[in-house]
Amino acid sequence: MATDYNDILLRLCFHLKQFTSPDVIIIPETDLINELAIDSVKLLNLVMEIEDEFDISVPLNALADVQTVHDLANLIHHIKSAK
Amino acid sequence: MSLLDKLDAVAAARKALLPEGLEVFGTPIEEVYSATEARVGDRRILFLGTNNYLGLTFAPECLQAAHEALDKEGTGTTGSRMANGSYSGHRALEREFADFYHCHSGIVFTTGYQANLAMISGLAGAGDVVLIDGDSHASIYDGCRLSGAEIIRFRHNDVADMEKRLRRLGERSRSTLIVAEGIYSMLGDQAPLAEIVSIKNAYNSILLLDEAHSLGVLGKTGQGLVEETGLIDGVDFITGTFSKSLGSIGGYCVSNHPQLDQLRYISRPYIFTASPSPATIASARAALKLLRDGTELRRQLWQNSRQLYARLKALGYQLGPQPGPVIANILDSPQQALMLWKGLLDHGIYVNLILPPAAPEGKALVRCSVSAAHTSEQMDHVGDVFAELRKSIFQ
Ligand SMILES: Cc1ncc(COP(=O)(O)O)c(C=O)c1O
Repeated sequence: MATDYNDILLRLCFHLKQFTSPDVIIIPETDLINELAIDSVKLLNLVMEIEDEFDISVPLNALADVQTVHDLANLIHHIKSAK
Repeated sequence: MSLLDKLDAVAAARKALLPEGLEVFGTPIEEVYSATEARVGDRRILFLGTNNYLGLTFAPECLQAAHEALDKEGTGTTGSRMANGSYSGHRALEREFADFYHCHSGIVFTTGYQANLAMISGLAGAGDVVLIDGDSHASIYDGCRLSGAEIIRFRHNDVADMEKRLRRLGERSRSTLIVAEGIYSMLGDQAPLAEIVSIKNAYNSILLLDEAHSLGVLGKTGQGLVEETGLIDGVDFITGTFSKSLGSIGGYCVSNHPQLDQLRYISRPYIFTASPSPATIASARAALKLLRDGTELRRQLWQNSRQLYARLKALGYQLGPQPGPVIANILDSPQQALMLWKGLLDHGIYVNLILPPAAPEGKALVRCSVSAAHTSEQMDHVGDVFAELRKSIFQ
C-alpha cells in the first residue's frame, strides 16, 4: 500500500514535535538544523524513530541531502514507495 | 560561510562552553613518571583517564624490546606494509596475534583507528549494508563512511532493535556487516554477544567485533569478550588496538576466514600509510606475552574497577550500567561535568571529559579509566575526592 506524502508529513511533524519546544510551528520548509536545532546527534536518533514509525530502513548516507522537513518527508516517501 | 569562517564558528562554540585558560582538551602533560603518574603544570597528578589498563607502558620487558629494535632497525620503516614496511617484527606479530586467538590469520595495522577503517571499508562497499551500534566509536562510523555502504544504526546494546533492523533488510541481510564492541569506550558496558551472534547467524550476516577496550581486560588469557563468553567461533572478524592494554600504538584484525589476507591488496587504510615503527612493534610483541600471562594483572584491574565503581555508586553518582575499567559518570549538563573535571584536576586527579556531541545521547561524561597499576589506596583516595566534590558541586 502506497502511503501518501501528506500522511507521511503529518506523522513526521508529530515526531519532530517531540524534539522541539511546543510553541515551534513546523511547516514543510522548516530547516531541521537551523530552525528546529536538531543537531547531528538528535538527527541520528530521529532517524531510528522514523525507521520504526514507518517500518523502513533509512541509511544515514541518504541524510546528506536532507535540509528541511519536506526533504525528510520526501525521503521517507521515496523509500516507502520503493518497497 | 567561508572555509575559515566555519573554523571560527567552531572556536566560538568551544569558547562559549569552556572557561578561558582551562586546557580540558589536549591537556599538556609535562613529564611522565610512571604508568599512573605525571606532571600537569606544576602539579603531580594521578592518571585516571588513560587506557593503560594493564599498566604496561613501563614494563621492563617492553622497554628493553623497544630499545633493541630501535638500535637494530632504526626509528621508522618509512613505508607501507605493501611496500618496504613489512619487517620481520610486523610479520611475527601477525602470527602471534593469530596464535593468541587460535585463528587462521591476522593483520597488523598502523593504528586501531585504521584497523576499523581498513576492515569495514574492505569488507563492505556500495550496495552492501553496515549495521552498527549507535554508541560505536568514531573509527567505526568513519570506516562505514569510507566503505560507501548503506549505514544503519541500532539502539545501543538493544538486540531486539538490531534484529528488527535486520529483518527490514530482507535478503540484503546476507550482504550486511554487523559491528559491535567488546566493551564500549564511553559507558564501559559490554555487548550482549551471545544474542548478537545468534541473530547474525539466523540472518546470514557477517559480524565484526572491536575488542579495543576488552583486550587484556576480559577472558582468561585476555582475548576479550570473545573469550569471556566462549563465543569466538561466532565472530567473523576481531579488531583491536595496541594503544590501550598493550601500551603501544597500532591495530590488528584476526579471523578464521582465509579471505582476510585479500584486504592487504584492496584496503586503503592498510596500503596508504606507513607501517608502525620497529620499536612500536617490538614493545607490542613483548606486551602481548605479558597480557596473555597477565592473570594477576587482570585480577588487580578488576579489583580496582569494582572498588571504584561501588564507591562512586554509593556516593550517588550516575554511572554506566556495568562495572569495568571504564567508569563513566553521567552528568546532566556540560557545566556540571566541567566542574567535576576541574575539581578532580585541582585535587591532582586527571580524568577524561566528554562533552556533546561526543557523549552518547547528548549527555556529558566524566570518564575514569582504571589500571592494574593503580593501588587500592589510590582508589580509596579517588573515592574520597569524588565524595568531597559531590558535596561542593551538587549540593
Ligand atoms: C572502540 C575503539 N576502537 C578503536 C579505537 C582506535 O584505536 P587507536 O588508538 O589505536 O587508533 C579506539 C580508541 O580510541 C576505541 O575506543
